Amino acid sequence: MRYHRWFTPWVLVIPALTWLLVFNLWPSINTVILSFTNAKPIGGGTFVGLKNFEALLHDEQLRWALLNSVIYMVVCLPFLTILPLLLAVLVEKKLPGITFFRTAFYTPVVASAVVVALIWQWILDDRGLVNGLAEKLGVISGPLPFLSDQWLLLFSAISLTIWKGLGYYMIIYLAALGNVGRELHEAAAVDGASAYRRFVHITIPGVRGTMILISILISVSALRVFSELFILSGGKGGPGGRDNSVVMLIQQYSQGFEGNLGYASALSIVLFFVTVVPMLLLARMNRKAADA
Amino acid sequence: MTVVTDPARPVAVPEASGTAPPRRKRGTFGFNSLSPTEKVVRYLLLVFVLLITIGPFLWQLSTSLKGSGEDIYTRIPRLLPSQPTLSHYGEVADTIPVWDYMRNSLQVAVLVVGGNIIGSSLAGFALSRLEFRFRRIVLGLFLATLVLPGEVTIISQYVTVRELGLANTLFGVALPGMIGALNVLLMYNAFRSLPVEVDQAAVVDGANVWQRFIHIGLPSVRGTLSVVAIFAFIGAWDDFLWPLIVLTDPDKYTLTVGLQYLSGTFSNDPRLIAAGTMIAFIPIVIVFATLQRFFFKGVEEGAVKG
Repeated sequence: MRYHRWFTPWVLVIPALTWLLVFNLWPSINTVILSFTNAKPIGGGTFVGLKNFEALLHDEQLRWALLNSVIYMVVCLPFLTILPLLLAVLVEKKLPGITFFRTAFYTPVVASAVVVALIWQWILDDRGLVNGLAEKLGVISGPLPFLSDQWLLLFSAISLTIWKGLGYYMIIYLAALGNVGRELHEAAAVDGASAYRRFVHITIPGVRGTMILISILISVSALRVFSELFILSGGKGGPGGRDNSVVMLIQQYSQGFEGNLGYASALSIVLFFVTVVPMLLLARMNRKAADA
Repeated sequence: MTVVTDPARPVAVPEASGTAPPRRKRGTFGFNSLSPTEKVVRYLLLVFVLLITIGPFLWQLSTSLKGSGEDIYTRIPRLLPSQPTLSHYGEVADTIPVWDYMRNSLQVAVLVVGGNIIGSSLAGFALSRLEFRFRRIVLGLFLATLVLPGEVTIISQYVTVRELGLANTLFGVALPGMIGALNVLLMYNAFRSLPVEVDQAAVVDGANVWQRFIHIGLPSVRGTLSVVAIFAFIGAWDDFLWPLIVLTDPDKYTLTVGLQYLSGTFSNDPRLIAAGTMIAFIPIVIVFATLQRFFFKGVEEGAVKG
């Protein structure tokens, strides 16, 4: 039964729907259209056929960017699926002051990636905290070039991403832990199961769905990385531009007289496929695991 | 838009399955009591993690307060400045118009928060409480955009904003993120948990749609609405890539872009950059610390779902 005029719901939905069409759906279509043109940041652009896609095949920086993305994802995945779960178990018990700890652990998430990347830049500087301490302890003789070596820079950015992500995934796990049956834990404890065994046999299966969701989120965000690598490399993408991510390349082509929005759009399409594939694979894994 | 897909925001998985199973009260079981040893171990671990998560911020704060004459590169790092000074904060303002940048960031954030509160609650209400043709299709459209990472469409979004004549304006920075699809779905989910009978009773009493929205709908979704507001603010304040693409004029930069400008162009003095980062960081920490209880309440209400 209806208790309102036919257009009332539309009046309420129209603003959100307009945004969706203008700023989500149309740009998705337009990305494809633009990728066949040579549009410039200042305007214009004519149809150039498959030229942008041919150029993609010979783009050495893109090859590095894709390799970096895969490394980023592979390293982030285990750390960010496991560590936040342990953290969530740690802050789950309502001890005095636990709200303070929860909030504090969430702080790196709330801070801008630019802010935390600038902080890490200083900590990882040739004369910064990490090198200073390591030299003092005699672990190394000279400073490690965290910010100028191709691989060290990549792994510095990865560790920054992991550090910044801990609190975020911790909160998602925390919400999920609330749904894990307490009776099971109690029963297991009565039966003499150790905390470790309860974690492996009750907690982990209890949050399995969340784990899959989180691994999807981690892979997608690792493939989309921008600010951390951009700031740590001083906007230059590391030695020889070998520390770029796909999004950094998109940003580079979006600006200036050298910019090429057509090519940037072709890169965006690459980004789309790169992020969608792991998403589908993990979702499929989830379904298989659910059937088994 | 990037605001919507920001990793700093909790994730909702909109599902048809409805509300989460009822949550058990914690702390009421004897099972919950911990032995003293376990308590000590837990606190030690908590402090250890605290050092890892908060330590870098404290180190940066300390650097920003260290006097220019003080050796910040010493082999033995000192957390407490020996010649504490606030002068670097003034110096930042002399180097870049940091207070203007802050006002710019605030402007963008306010627009994004306002737009999301209004737009997503209206649409969420209509989609969950009112029957209309194509409702499922509209809902499906909102869901479909979630799989699309914001960065994929960022270039053509820039083209759209440019065609609207809004390139290099703060309004252009705020506009695409003003109603996020994710927020619409969050509000949709929140409104759904309200029993239909309440609505029907109100209809019998002669309440129209608007009255039901204001007096019945909104009061019951305050938790989720505050989560939407908090994350819209944080997302807009922290966003970097989108303002970096839209803004070309250094006068119009937001704080994040301005900070990158400061560190990239003007300064090699870590104290100055540290002061700049603190100027961007402290307001957001205050906002979050003040509102964290709404956030954690929203988490428990199910605004974050796993």
